[in-house]
Amino acid sequence: MIHFDHVTKVYESNGTSFKAVNDVELKVEKGEIFGVIGFSGAGKSTLIRLVNLLERPTSGSVLLNDRDMASLKKSELREQRRKIGMIFQHFNLLESKNVYHNVAFPLSLAGVPKKEIDSRVTEILEFVGLSDKSTQYPDQLSGGQKQRVGIARALATSPEILLCDEATSALDPETTKSILDLLKRVRDEYNITILMITHEMNVIREVCDQVAVMEQGQLIEQGTIFDVFSNPKHQTTKNFVRTVMQDEIPESILRLLSDQERSRHIYRITFVNETTGEPILSRVSKGFDVEVNVLHGQITELQGVPFGNLIVELQGEQSEILKAIHYLQTSVQLKEVTAHAG
Amino acid sequence: MQVDLHTFWPKILEATNETLLMVGIALVFASLIGLPLGVALVVTRPNGLLQNGPLFKVLNAIVNFFRSIPFIILLVAILPITRLIVGTSIGTAAAVVPLVLFSGPFIARLVESSLLEVEPGVVEATEAMGATSWQIVFRVLIPEALSSLVLNITIAAIGLVGASAMAGFVGGGGLGDLAIAYGYQRFETEVMIITVLLLVVIVQVIQTVGNQLSRKIRRH
Repeated sequence: MIHFDHVTKVYESNGTSFKAVNDVELKVEKGEIFGVIGFSGAGKSTLIRLVNLLERPTSGSVLLNDRDMASLKKSELREQRRKIGMIFQHFNLLESKNVYHNVAFPLSLAGVPKKEIDSRVTEILEFVGLSDKSTQYPDQLSGGQKQRVGIARALATSPEILLCDEATSALDPETTKSILDLLKRVRDEYNITILMITHEMNVIREVCDQVAVMEQGQLIEQGTIFDVFSNPKHQTTKNFVRTVMQDEIPESILRLLSDQERSRHIYRITFVNETTGEPILSRVSKGFDVEVNVLHGQITELQGVPFGNLIVELQGEQSEILKAIHYLQTSVQLKEVTAHAG
Repeated sequence: MQVDLHTFWPKILEATNETLLMVGIALVFASLIGLPLGVALVVTRPNGLLQNGPLFKVLNAIVNFFRSIPFIILLVAILPITRLIVGTSIGTAAAVVPLVLFSGPFIARLVESSLLEVEPGVVEATEAMGATSWQIVFRVLIPEALSSLVLNITIAAIGLVGASAMAGFVGGGGLGDLAIAYGYQRFETEVMIITVLLLVVIVQVIQTVGNQLSRKIRRH
């Protein structure tokens, strides 16, 4: 659907050049929600603008359904852009037009007959839940409502692709959730491919199927949400994952370990897939003469698959603990926590 | 020296008429020059919609050139051109030509600043919809800036009221001329006060109308 074929974008200013996007290779499949995450300045905004040619690649090419965007004639490009909706962090609505006319605007620019515009706008406002707001102006709406108008406007021309440029970054967590739910419906009901950029890992976790991590113009890691979240490889990725998934060992536990009076047996257990649903810890304490003390951890869901991370202390006779560990290792990942290791 | 205000009323009435006529006609023509010129300055500027460095530099220089000439000098300097355009170099009609040349570039600058206030993100969003540059100018930039444009044209109109006071040099008449000729040069203080008061009223009315119109546009 969208293919970045070794795309590089260089900005020249006053004799110095800056590589905003550096040799990016990326494929987004039809109907997928693909998230690109990175800190500000990583080149995400430039990357997303290369898709609808708001930015032109310096080298490499962006292919939409195998067609090189840069090869299009001006009129063809305008035609193609109508098939790519875009929403923005600051909404970018026309302040002088009401909700109805904002949504109708791209259709009216394309010269669609009034009657058709009317039925399309009515339908799409219904879809985003703003039918009762059609005569209001943007300055009378909340942030979440403005973004709904933005989404309605982007969908008006029935695009194949929706680009989301930090679409929830200006919204509070609750509103973010509702906008993300709406984006999921956009994909599910209209089968629109969504490419989004964000600096919020919870946004990626919430809606994306695939994620790519961007740093200094390059993609440093990409994969399915489950793979990247359960097993991040690059340090930046680990930092991003850590913002939403607690996997660091807290101070208080490290203090327990340095307790000299008795030796403690503290382990990190990683649950993946089905094992999350099983009462493993309960079985351990029933089957062996050990007590299990959960010190820290989190169990969450990634793309509908449960994923967990627990730090537990096993108390009891040395021999029983060894047996318990042996049992645990048959079904989950287990790693002893020491004072120096993470 | 006392003035018989009774005989003076017709004169004042005529002068008011002349001022309104000069300002009105000059404003229309100056806007006809200033609006497209302002739009051209915005679209040709670096990173503009139709970026064109050389053209921008030329237009920019022309606007600055006319804006740097004091009105009284412009008035006299272009007498031959005035005669060419309106057939005479004296009278109210003759005063309109320099007023237009004075105000047109000023309006261009005001239009430029109004249009630049429109969020670049809104323009980008419209580009992403597949709009032509033409559509962006007429369906986004101008409508979005309209409220601010009205306020700026109001400033230009009031500037014209001030400049028209000097039209007396070419026999253009008007309230300013009356104030200078009778009030200032002949020490007829009452005449001066009345004409100045009338100018104050005209400026107040223009500003109020401009403000209300602008607010109405913004409030939709």
